[in-house]
Amino acid sequence: MYNFDYEKAASADDAVKAAGGSDDVMFLAGGMTLIPTLKLRLSQPEKVIDVGSIADMKGITVSGDTVTIGAATTHADVAGSSDVQKAIPALAKLASLIGDQQVRNRGTIGGSIANADPAADYPAAVVGLGATVKTNKREIAGDDFFTAMFETALEPGELITSVSFPVPEAADYQKLANPASGYAMVGVMVAKTKDGVRVGVTGAGPSAFRASAIEDALAKDFSSEAAKGVTMPADDLNNDLHATADYRASCISTLAARAVKAIG
Amino acid sequence: MSHAISMTVNGRSVSATVESRTLLTEFLRDNLRLTGTHVGCDTSQCGACTVHVNGKSVKSCTMLAVQCDGAEVLTIEGLANGEDLHPMQKAFNDHHGLQCGFCTPGMVMSALEVADGNSDPSDEDIAKGLAGNYCRCTGYENIYRAVKAGAKAMGS
Repeated sequence: MYNFDYEKAASADDAVKAAGGSDDVMFLAGGMTLIPTLKLRLSQPEKVIDVGSIADMKGITVSGDTVTIGAATTHADVAGSSDVQKAIPALAKLASLIGDQQVRNRGTIGGSIANADPAADYPAAVVGLGATVKTNKREIAGDDFFTAMFETALEPGELITSVSFPVPEAADYQKLANPASGYAMVGVMVAKTKDGVRVGVTGAGPSAFRASAIEDALAKDFSSEAAKGVTMPADDLNNDLHATADYRASCISTLAARAVKAIG
Repeated sequence: MSHAISMTVNGRSVSATVESRTLLTEFLRDNLRLTGTHVGCDTSQCGACTVHVNGKSVKSCTMLAVQCDGAEVLTIEGLANGEDLHPMQKAFNDHHGLQCGFCTPGMVMSALEVADGNSDPSDEDIAKGLAGNYCRCTGYENIYRAVKAGAKAMGS
């Protein structure tokens, strides 16, 4: 692997200061994507700033109707949290389905959504549950966070500090996992909230999005038949060796229907 | 860029100067000569490099040594007590949970996390717990038997 500078940050402020808004600096949390990317020289930052041991960026708090997860909290900690299992079981379930145990022990929610892999699981929750992404300088609505494949609303040197999820009335996450990688070929989060039905989709398109046609159908009739009856357009969906765009379109409706059935 | 690091490996304090890019696998195998931790794929898929860092299983090919500064690391070499095998190692031996043995150190380290607080893991528990470890020889049947026997022995 090529060499780079490394600095361990003691706080989010220190990390941001050390980054100095530079394009040549990357934050390292669990490293489950960044380290393989460094090995392959797909990214070659001059400096890596380790934010994985910042205490203020770890942990889960439930306050009223909001679950707030520190950006450096691992998938295993979210999956195993009795607070998350109680407040938003679909979110704990989603975290338990990411990668494998070793990956869940290192990978973090902040790292996952900052990377914005089109096949990552968490983006379905950020969009589907209407989360708010908090950074060192602002709050970004979940709907506005993912902008394109591997692209987010984050600016250079901006650091995610936590992600807040409003507790839905009910929700479920369904995933068609790639049998080799575990990544979502399609993943769908369906949530019943006080403001209506939300359907977040990952894996199917260049970045996570809301399936508004299914949301409209479920608003009229919250049944698995209604979700299954929606034909999703395949025009902008991913078409690769794992699945065709048409197949992914079909899976969105099918997985949404399964999620509705699970919610009951 | 180099860093002075220290950590506890298998109960022993170790210190070294490493480059930023030094992987935990490289540190364990090249610096400490603990070659029981294997490098299979080097792409965080096969799990042969699994060790425990602060009590949790991790793929040491996908962790920087400098990230482990101050950590407690446990490798396959830290399990046996002299000539006495750890119950999970003995179970892999008794049930022949291996063929070529290359994946076995990682399998055993992951199996320990499966058995942590669960002395009677189901097939599903084992499938989920070992999803990040590949064996290309055995077909897994004897590995399942070994993990069940090892977990039972650890719980008693």
